[in-house]
Amino acid sequence: MCLGVPGQIVEVRDRVAIVDFWGVRRETRLDVIDELVVPGDYILNHVGFAIRKIPASEIGETLALYERLLTESEGDLMATDVRGEIGAGGREVSDV
Amino acid sequence: MSELATFDAARELKFRDPARARALADALERLCTETGRSPISVMHVCGSHEQAIAKFGLRAVLPRALDVIMGPGCPVCVTDLPEVDEAVVLAQDGVRVATYGDMLKVPGTAYSLADAKGAGARVDVVYSATEAVELARDTTEEVVFFASGFETTAVATAAIILDDPPPNFSVLSAHKYIPPVMEIVAEMPGTRVEGFLAAGHAATITGWAIFERFVERHRIPVVVAGFEPLDILAGLVKLVELVRDRTPRVVNMFPRCVTAGGNRNAQEQLWRVFRTTGGRWRGIAHVPNGNLRLRDEFSHVDARTRFRIDLQRLWTHAPSALTQLCICGDIMAGIASPSTCRLFGRECVPDSPVGACMVSSEGTCRIWHQYGGHPQL
Repeated sequence: MCLGVPGQIVEVRDRVAIVDFWGVRRETRLDVIDELVVPGDYILNHVGFAIRKIPASEIGETLALYERLLTESEGDLMATDVRGEIGAGGREVSDV
Repeated sequence: MSELATFDAARELKFRDPARARALADALERLCTETGRSPISVMHVCGSHEQAIAKFGLRAVLPRALDVIMGPGCPVCVTDLPEVDEAVVLAQDGVRVATYGDMLKVPGTAYSLADAKGAGARVDVVYSATEAVELARDTTEEVVFFASGFETTAVATAAIILDDPPPNFSVLSAHKYIPPVMEIVAEMPGTRVEGFLAAGHAATITGWAIFERFVERHRIPVVVAGFEPLDILAGLVKLVELVRDRTPRVVNMFPRCVTAGGNRNAQEQLWRVFRTTGGRWRGIAHVPNGNLRLRDEFSHVDARTRFRIDLQRLWTHAPSALTQLCICGDIMAGIASPSTCRLFGRECVPDSPVGACMVSSEGTCRIWHQYGGHPQL
């Protein structure tokens, strides 16, 4: 659960952002992040809150681990945690 | 381990950069030899670190002299029996309890929340604190969010409390704060931890400078590391180097997520809502300042003040005999491992866990049960 999950901001609506996690769009709250974020930025999402903006130069490095985990099957513990973190964004957002 | 074995293991692991993995493994071997002691024990305090170490078989490329142990890095596992009991009593009394999935099967003194649910209580699994608030907005029933997790997760609970939740919503906090338990484990007889690998994402919130006082007090180095197999190896190389040189300090090996001061906005919200208080961590010890509880000004959202929670009625009989054989506490203190537990994989399995470490996806036993903990070399 401490792993969090990175995603890309699609839209900012006040204190909530619509974030794309590998094609799945969910809401992520911006209450606790300490930097201004705009569409296109990557953030680290933990239990439905953005906790950190990921510097542009580090995105590839950060995504690699998760991309590998998401190829794992249902029962895998780490993959399940990551999918749970994506699920923490509440209802899936279809239209932006 | 022969050079060939190291190379093969590194290749099998499919490191993104096998050459770099090999160089890091070689550096570790050399540093351990130069340190001239065996074993050199270092501890990490994060379930995600253990998941990555076990999943990617990192222990197969570590020097034999280096013992990397998981400490109390699973917040669900250290949730004490009476804390679970409080949630069980509330659920039995007809309050709707919302909690993270891992909390469901954690044994209380007599029952888990899953037991209470099986007997008809309303227990909802949520992925986020926000979801628990939404649940409360959709009903007139009392909803209690049984909140677990370290400071990284407590920040989310703080944020929803500050966001004017509905009047039928309250929080039963089992949140824990990591820095104080490092002090306890560092001083435990029999643990002999020579260095700590700190969890990258918790440090994202607190900042790495928070560990400086600990290093000063205990003369034990702390290295902040990420979760990629290569991040972990690089963190271990730096940590063993500091052990070898007897130069305890804090080194941040995860600069892409961690700064010295951390996320000040998150800290401000965390400490506005929570205060630290002493309490027991399951199986480990009383940890001064190790529990996060709501400040008095938020007593209106504190389930402990809103409800009279009578635990007495759960305490009519002792925990089962099997529970008393569980060595979760020793495992989390770093003085035992799942492979030395007589219940592990026999009476205690993920479907019918005896101890909390087999329940949570961040528990050492659960992780070793899925991935194998210590590859046979």
